[in-house]
Amino acid sequence: MSEPLLSLRHVTKRFPGVLANDRVDFDAFGAEVHALLGENGAGKSTLMKLAYGYYPMDQGEIWMDGAQVQIHSPADARRFGMGMVFQGFTLIPAFSVAENIALYLTALPAIPDARAIAEEIDAQGRRFGLVVSPQRVAGTLAAGEQQKVEILKLLMAGARVLIFDEPTSVLPPHEIQHLFEVFARLKEAGFAIIFITHKLREVLECADRITVMRRGTVTGTIAGAGATEDLLLQMMFGGAVAEEHAARPPVAADQQAPVLSLENASSGGFGLRLKDIDLELQAGEIVGVAGVSGNGQRELGDLVLGLLPCVSGRKKLFGADATHWGVARVRQAGVAFVPENPIYMAVAPGMTLAENFAVASPRSYQTAGGLGIDWGRVRTDMSSAYRALALEPPDANMRAGTLSGGNLQRFSLARELGRSPRVVVAVYPTRGLESRTTAHAQGLLLSARAAGAAVLLISQDLNEVFSLSDRIVVLRSGRFVGEARPDQTTPLEVGRLMTGGD
Amino acid sequence: MAHSIAGFGHPLEVRYRRLPGAARETLRWLGWIGLALALYTLLLLVYGRDPLLAYSDILSSTLGSTFGISEVLVKMVPLVLCGLAVAIPARVGLVNVGGEGQLFIGALTATWGALTFASLPAWTLLPLVAVLGFLGGAAWAGVCGILRARNWLNEVFSTMLFNYLAILVVSYLVFGPWRDPTSANYPQSRLFPAAAWLPTLGDTRVTVLLFVAIIGVALLSFVLSSTRWGLEIRALGGNPEAARRNGIAITRYLIVLMIVGGGLAGLAGMGEVAGLHHRLNPAVSSSYGYTGFLVSWLAGHRPVLIPVMAFVLAVLASGGDILQITQGLPYAAVTVLMALILFVVLAARARGARTA
Repeated sequence: MSEPLLSLRHVTKRFPGVLANDRVDFDAFGAEVHALLGENGAGKSTLMKLAYGYYPMDQGEIWMDGAQVQIHSPADARRFGMGMVFQGFTLIPAFSVAENIALYLTALPAIPDARAIAEEIDAQGRRFGLVVSPQRVAGTLAAGEQQKVEILKLLMAGARVLIFDEPTSVLPPHEIQHLFEVFARLKEAGFAIIFITHKLREVLECADRITVMRRGTVTGTIAGAGATEDLLLQMMFGGAVAEEHAARPPVAADQQAPVLSLENASSGGFGLRLKDIDLELQAGEIVGVAGVSGNGQRELGDLVLGLLPCVSGRKKLFGADATHWGVARVRQAGVAFVPENPIYMAVAPGMTLAENFAVASPRSYQTAGGLGIDWGRVRTDMSSAYRALALEPPDANMRAGTLSGGNLQRFSLARELGRSPRVVVAVYPTRGLESRTTAHAQGLLLSARAAGAAVLLISQDLNEVFSLSDRIVVLRSGRFVGEARPDQTTPLEVGRLMTGGD
Repeated sequence: MAHSIAGFGHPLEVRYRRLPGAARETLRWLGWIGLALALYTLLLLVYGRDPLLAYSDILSSTLGSTFGISEVLVKMVPLVLCGLAVAIPARVGLVNVGGEGQLFIGALTATWGALTFASLPAWTLLPLVAVLGFLGGAAWAGVCGILRARNWLNEVFSTMLFNYLAILVVSYLVFGPWRDPTSANYPQSRLFPAAAWLPTLGDTRVTVLLFVAIIGVALLSFVLSSTRWGLEIRALGGNPEAARRNGIAITRYLIVLMIVGGGLAGLAGMGEVAGLHHRLNPAVSSSYGYTGFLVSWLAGHRPVLIPVMAFVLAVLASGGDILQITQGLPYAAVTVLMALILFVVLAARARGARTA
């Protein structure tokens, strides 16, 4: 550890309204896994995108191998041996693995030697635990395999500094372990690995050094060996450590009629289909649906909401046959929907919060048969919805698009939970949120349960499923493959069911 | 399923920003039109014409006399209606390039009504002809709306192909079954009965359809800004995925807004046959359907700005007629100018979307 492979000096970047990076210093050495930790919006991705030439920096210097370099584009960064695996993958679905990788290589001859490239892919793959068949078509690869291809691309292009932007967010639990093994092998071979994440456990598991960022500045860099969860939380939040959930009273023993039931239900539509789903939700319970993304979770939420047709079997809501109800009717009956990524699934970014609030039940605010809207009532309802969740109501005239992800999810929760729903469908409600907002959103789901709502919690985060649910069901390839109470099973067992292992 | 509503940009990829005031917006677009005029000036210079003379000819012939202004209004009315025909579906992300065809079909159904019920008195015949014109355009566009709402065919293709179809159908009728036997040399229908002639204002050629257009603009502005339907339409245009999850009846809006838009273009077609030509012929439209597309884009699909932009383009279109006489330029010369404006506007939009 003499000279850092990559060294950032006094990096400053200002976006309209925010100072994303404020005189940040950062060093990455060869043969280390350097975790860059911080809550959402702390500036970690921005910092690395500045280093990679993805954004121009306002001020600051980049040094590589002890020499200052000028990086104005990702192409420059690649020339200096930097590579970045982004959150969204960049493979061309119709191309084979080999073609995708060849496309990325700078020194590609006019007639590429396909066999040599394939052999190189195999060799590198075996060496670092990144085995993917070069002939596979990229569109058929699972997320974990795509990630392997992305890494192979960087290796074969000669990168020595590898930047991973939230690489574990797309992976099921066992593949996360595998990624860390890949990190270890890369480290042995002398690569510098920069691992951007907001997950403490992963950092503690694999990092040699940890740099924590908070609101655009570095709070500190510590050795992975001496780090503890409390210490890191302290550095991330400056004292406010997330609390454990208080013990909850058990679900009401007197089994009433279920508020929501799916009887042997199968979904139609494009894409993955749910098959023979049986599910009953009682008032005052949270049923957690565990599964690896893409196994029918979103479809399950859409089926309950009436977005997907129920082609066989039945769906009942509050005792009535709701098999063929449309979304508007389902929602009117008292079903709330809390999606992931509200800017995509819950609000129109260009409209104000008041307008977005009214849009969830436009009929209830209309005057003169639809010719007008009672905006006064929209505003008071919105304030009281926020207050009911112990939140300070924001300015109703703000455009939704100007809110941060966390505030937008609070808006979505206030809108949906504020009108005392009887069923809550929460699909990845905390995905992408930082720890404090996550804890708060989870708390709100628990209070909805305490108020007598039935909550269908669809999540990929096993910790979340285990800590919130009264019952857990496991979804795999569109079917329920298991059901248990959280105190009678283990995350390992559920994880095995999720991934289809025996 | 999440991506089944093809044709909308991914909401995350679109940068949203506070919209500037309508006045600022208008000024900005007038600036872009200025750039197009500058390019056109170069073109005129290359052709050895005097650009200043050309522009002064355009202005004096259009805005320099009461007659000139009235002729601008004659062109402005169909442009307002065809602009709305594009703008209304555009509010939910639909691209209606079929204004021309919808106009032709509106003219066709209006002609059928005027000739079939020729014996009716004016107070029943005129409303009937107007309604038929609206319904013709509405049905023509409605088919495209249904194809789109069911995800069978993108409306860009269907509305464009329907243009050719509509024009060919009209040509077939006026060359064939509907041809006026007394005017053997011209492919045109019989003359409308006087009861089916739209009343004009004074001794100009401007018809009462001007008021219909103004009322249409006001009504649609009100619906969009103040009503529940407007709220739902804006939500749908702002983020279709969220709108779907909020229970907004997307399919219904896609179809209804195409129908309303097509109906307005059909009304423009009715205005041309019942107000100007008093018969159907293949030259019933001076490309109003296409120019209406330009009007709507210039106006940012906002109803209140559409009359402004329709006026500007009506001045150019009238000026084009004059240029043929004074400068010996073909009418295509003014089409070139409009095309330049369209390019500049699209470039400006792309630039706005990138830098916002």
